[in-house]
Amino acid sequence: MNLQFLLDGLIAGSMIGLGAIGVTLTYSILRFSNFAHGDFMAWGAYAALAVVGVIGGSTPMGPLSFGWPLLAAMVVAMGLTALLALALDWVLFARLRARGQSIIVVMASFGASMALRSLLEFLFTSSPTYFSRAIQIATPIGLGIRITGDQVALLILTLALVIGMHLFMSRSQRGREMRAYSQNPALARVVGIDVAKVVRATWIIGAALACASGVMVGVLVQIRPMMGLDLLLPIFAAAILGGIGSVPGAVLGGLIIGLSEAAAVQFVGAEWRAAVAFVILMAVLLVRPMGLFGVAER
Amino acid sequence: MNILQVTDLVAGYEPGLSIVKSASIHAAEAEIVVILGPNGAGKSSLIKAIAGLVPITGGQVLLDGRDITTVPAHLKVHQGLAFVPQTENVFPLMTVEENLRVAGGILPPAEVSPRIDEMFTTFPDLARQRRLMAGSLSGGQRQMLAVARALIVHPRVLMLDEPSAGLSPKLVEQVFSRLSEIRRAGLTIVLVEQNARAALAIGDRAYVLVEGREAHEGPARTLWDSPVIAELYLGHRKEAS
Repeated sequence: MNLQFLLDGLIAGSMIGLGAIGVTLTYSILRFSNFAHGDFMAWGAYAALAVVGVIGGSTPMGPLSFGWPLLAAMVVAMGLTALLALALDWVLFARLRARGQSIIVVMASFGASMALRSLLEFLFTSSPTYFSRAIQIATPIGLGIRITGDQVALLILTLALVIGMHLFMSRSQRGREMRAYSQNPALARVVGIDVAKVVRATWIIGAALACASGVMVGVLVQIRPMMGLDLLLPIFAAAILGGIGSVPGAVLGGLIIGLSEAAAVQFVGAEWRAAVAFVILMAVLLVRPMGLFGVAER
Repeated sequence: MNILQVTDLVAGYEPGLSIVKSASIHAAEAEIVVILGPNGAGKSSLIKAIAGLVPITGGQVLLDGRDITTVPAHLKVHQGLAFVPQTENVFPLMTVEENLRVAGGILPPAEVSPRIDEMFTTFPDLARQRRLMAGSLSGGQRQMLAVARALIVHPRVLMLDEPSAGLSPKLVEQVFSRLSEIRRAGLTIVLVEQNARAALAIGDRAYVLVEGREAHEGPARTLWDSPVIAELYLGHRKEAS
């Protein structure tokens, strides 16, 4: 049996997991499902592409297909994507949230998603593009599994971001405030937590991680305006599987979805890949609606 | 001098549907003020409005002479007004220490850890359970954590909404005894309670709230035997049960 699907699943799961962190934070803190989150990934990837275009390319670093300009561009793009999310909140979501009807905010996120995607197609066309067209040679690591330098970099980056997020949420005051607000907004206010700052932090972190995930997809696969939409269902499935509000849960959920999709391709057929996330989502909602790390709502 | 002065307060969740209709109360330094009243009298809504959780549509709230009527809830605690809700008054998925730490966030960073240690000295039970999730604490321990969480920021006024709710008589005694100790340290306490006998036993003054207005004010020690209580409060309670 070819075990390559395990690595493929791990890679896909890493990208899904990073995207799911933003979704789970937005849902638990802002109390709505942001269907525009996938488009933050696409915008992040295109923003990094644009920044790379401005600062210019360079020779790849070691076994990677990219050089330091892409890393610098990713950092800049994370900031730009965060600004996009904050602007969208200011223009649209905050005003609708103030009316207290979350379903309207959800529908607005559908609209925002379509608008963001159309704008990308207008600016960059719908044709796929790439950070690098260089072909990477995969190195065998045993058990029939082969891995490229870019894939190793992605796994390391995912691990670093997840550890960083965990430390931020558990050790920093803003992280504790975000957790407190997600558990009890009214109590958070009376203990002196500034809701506006919590909301801003949520958008910034969610969008920045979506950008990182989008750049990774761009490096390993390709960049397309539809890339975020394609990942939306797996991302939501991962967030729900992990338990809404749980950062480790979102990442673990992402890995499970990624591995399940890769296993479906290996053992059932590639045409079933997209159905796997949907099946897992339905199963979790029926069997354990609070997810792996979530708690039942009182 | 009054630390807290509430004048003709009108408040409610929906526009045009006031729950607190014109309530006036005041509390002096190191005083325990008890607010009693039948169910639906607006007691909880009154202190939630003072805390900034229920929209105020009329009247005025002064804290230490400063008008805080329209100050957002999260800034009122900066000005010295702490509030302990009746239920869901701790963050259940955070440890005891994290609950204190997140509340201590408004203090200068260097003061937070020493202040947490002070709270653990004051509430030794909490010190033993500092690493436990707050959601796993017993009702009495949660109440103590909620009080410690409110006290950590050095408030001038501590408002509590039915701290005895759901507690056994022994725990109620412990909680109220602790509140008396806190008052002796100079803190002003405003206490909304259904358990009138226990609250009046530690209170200095009391208000009886009926239909969103204060119907009676008097010394706490004598109020229990007052015909006003029997007529306005106990009478309603008996009818309700």
